[in-house]
Amino acid sequence: MANKYVTDEARKQIGKVGEARTIEVERGAIRRFAEAIGDTNPIFNSDRDARHTRFGGMVAPPTFGRSLSAAIPDVKLDMGESFRGLDGGSDWEYFEPIRAGDRITVQTKIADLRESAGRLGPMVFITTETTYTNQFGQVCAIQRSTAIRY
Amino acid sequence: MSMAQKQFYYEDVEVGLELPSLKKDPSTQQLVKYAGASGDFYQIHYDKDFALKNHLPGVILHGALKNAFLGQLMTDFAGELGWLRKLSVQYRGMDQPGTPVTCKGKVIKKYIDGGNHLVDCEIWLENAQGEKTTPGSATVILPSRHAAG
Repeated sequence: MANKYVTDEARKQIGKVGEARTIEVERGAIRRFAEAIGDTNPIFNSDRDARHTRFGGMVAPPTFGRSLSAAIPDVKLDMGESFRGLDGGSDWEYFEPIRAGDRITVQTKIADLRESAGRLGPMVFITTETTYTNQFGQVCAIQRSTAIRY
Repeated sequence: MSMAQKQFYYEDVEVGLELPSLKKDPSTQQLVKYAGASGDFYQIHYDKDFALKNHLPGVILHGALKNAFLGQLMTDFAGELGWLRKLSVQYRGMDQPGTPVTCKGKVIKKYIDGGNHLVDCEIWLENAQGEKTTPGSATVILPSRHAAG
């Protein structure tokens, strides 16, 4: 059966890229994030304690990237105004630590658009892929997240 | 984690090993702090009237906060000498502040790839009734007792 919302035309939005943003990672922002999630690990909280670890200084907790305000490209679907949204989940891959003082460039693209039949009617799955790249061009992390609209 | 917490080495770990669990007791105040720190100000996470109007039982935890809790479970397990390589979470059920949640996991595979000593884990966050509201998976690189450096 043909998709109701994720039509061939709608699928042309796959690959759409949001504006790249570069943000300097402040020590205080890492510490506030660690405090908010209740993680007292010294590598996320204290430059003095983290200095003697193999990281050589404070690094960011695994999901800190969420605070860097990625610009999510707008996905247009013919669902009217009354659809509901859900956060489906995230898959992260980590390559390099994000360090205090780094300038991280964050960019998000639409990686996939799918539709499936749910109990409440068609459900649309929007997968975004956000890449976090440091000032040396090293990819620190890739985050794939799925938003659900129904 | 504290500096004194045990460092796991690859050789210490067997399939079936249960990871040290991580208990959290999130309050509405913590949700407000998380909203501020992450920039996610969707009102269902701190405004009870708004949440009720949206057919929710009350304010609910950010999925992303549960993602962060499971991240802590894994960075605690990896320890200072390890590295969290992959982390996946699926939000299947709601959790509300004022109710404790526990992050748990177990080792499902260990292998060496590209010179790295890797450990795959099944992970989840469960509520006080033992329901897995947030299942997931993770891969860590652990140090080896046999590897130089």
